[in-house]
Amino acid sequence: MARLSVTLGLCLLLSCAFAQQTPPPAAGSCVACHGQQGQGAAAFPHLAGLGEAYIRRQLDAFASGERANATMKPVASGLSETQRQAVAAYFSSLKMAPADSASAEPPDGPGRELAVHGRWDQELPACVQCHGPDGRGIGEDFPPLAGQPAGYLEDQLKAWRAGQRPAGPQGLMGHIAERLDADDLKAVAQYFAALPAAPKESGHE
Amino acid sequence: MNKSVLMVVAGCAVLGSAAWLFAMGLTGGPEDYAERYAGQSAPPAQTAGKSAGEAGKAGEAASQPSPAAKDAPAKPAAPVATSAPPRSAIPDNEFGKLVRQGEQIFANPGQFASDWVGNDLSCQNCHFDAGRYDQTASLRSAWPMYPAYRGKNKHVNDFAERLQGCFTYSMNGKAPPRDGEVIQALQAYAFWLAKGMPTGEQPEVRGYPKVADPAEPPSYARGETVFQEHCALCHGDDGQGQKAAGGAPGFPPLWGAGSYNWGAGMHRVNTAAAFIKAAMPLGKPDLTDQQAWDVALFINSHERPQDPRFNGSVKETAERFHQHQGEYGKTVNGQVLGEHSPPSGTVPHSPSP
Repeated sequence: MARLSVTLGLCLLLSCAFAQQTPPPAAGSCVACHGQQGQGAAAFPHLAGLGEAYIRRQLDAFASGERANATMKPVASGLSETQRQAVAAYFSSLKMAPADSASAEPPDGPGRELAVHGRWDQELPACVQCHGPDGRGIGEDFPPLAGQPAGYLEDQLKAWRAGQRPAGPQGLMGHIAERLDADDLKAVAQYFAALPAAPKESGHE
Repeated sequence: MNKSVLMVVAGCAVLGSAAWLFAMGLTGGPEDYAERYAGQSAPPAQTAGKSAGEAGKAGEAASQPSPAAKDAPAKPAAPVATSAPPRSAIPDNEFGKLVRQGEQIFANPGQFASDWVGNDLSCQNCHFDAGRYDQTASLRSAWPMYPAYRGKNKHVNDFAERLQGCFTYSMNGKAPPRDGEVIQALQAYAFWLAKGMPTGEQPEVRGYPKVADPAEPPSYARGETVFQEHCALCHGDDGQGQKAAGGAPGFPPLWGAGSYNWGAGMHRVNTAAAFIKAAMPLGKPDLTDQQAWDVALFINSHERPQDPRFNGSVKETAERFHQHQGEYGKTVNGQVLGEHSPPSGTVPHSPSP
């Protein structure tokens, strides 16, 4: 355990030292779809900057089948515990590149309403209360949503409702998804997909 | 009272009723009036049904002078609001601008009222949905209750002074001037949210819903377990909250220099227990009454910024201002709470890293 954390610590140190990193060998199968720098592609979500604990938990859930995904199950199952941790640490240490083109304003409407204000007559908090202002994520356990593919986000909400994805820490997301209907899922997914994954010019970060 | 006075009164009532009917003819009735005012109001069917009834009554009153005149409505009979008006109803005018500014400040005082905020909190950390959610001390339930006498400062406070108190204590900052932009905007916002609330009457839901007394006296040790199992995910193992990516406000700190001070209402164990029971964990408030009390005691047994009324002696300050369910001045883990408090009123605030 101690050795593992030392190794991880070194990985993180190195990751700070070099902007462009070489993925660990275990990540070889990840980068084909999620990109060399974890920036995602088309329908595949980006992994750069997601919490290490979060990524690790997802890999474990793919492997066990708790998070149902035909593509990810064999990939995750093929990784040892150490490899899963190394992959999680690698992608977590990366940052999304700021959007180079000015993206369109996110749609104003029910998706934004739910994302920014929630729907308290149903005791639904705003998404941004846990996923951070503009959906950029908070800490290890509340992943960024901004800039993820709309289809991916919608599928996750559907998976929670269908019991095909673990409800998350303290069962929070499962409980929330139960109260969203099909229109909500689509609207809120489109809202976050339209936000840039990284601010255009992050002066200080 | 003599006969002629009575006749004048009756005459005024008749004239009043006629004027009322005339006005309704011009504006299309009270429901229309209400909609013009707020953009959207109570469900139309309900309002229309009511106003038709009122119009009928008023008609009778006009044709039948004295006894029925009493029943003529003195004002449009707006139903008591069951919720705050929707955001989309904020009017597009100068008043609406101030209302919007008030909501902005309420949701993010660290950015929009930074001169007066001394910690990392936001008003809506304790008053959800920018003060709209009725289970967490909504603004619409507070507005109609002031001016009111407060035991806390032993005089009658108007709403502006009450708001100033929030900045002094909960926000560990300084009171903004009562005629300045911040207080004016917050008042406009509260007033607007309170549309349809009867003035001076105790609203049905006010403050936090009361939590039942615990079966066992609250316990610090049990509270610590509750905290680690149900709260630490967001507020951190050390209660210091978490920043969002890029340093934006995330989950609020519950004690320490970035949290509410020893004079804030939330440092009272009963107030915190009621809030926690009603609202925490966020989106899934499923703690038992006992758990809420235990974790409220645990949270409020940690150092936080000094009580702004501190006079140099924790003992005297405790005797004077802390005759309630709080831990200020008590010894926890070998330390007297209040003896090692970070300073109060630390503005301008430099957010913790």
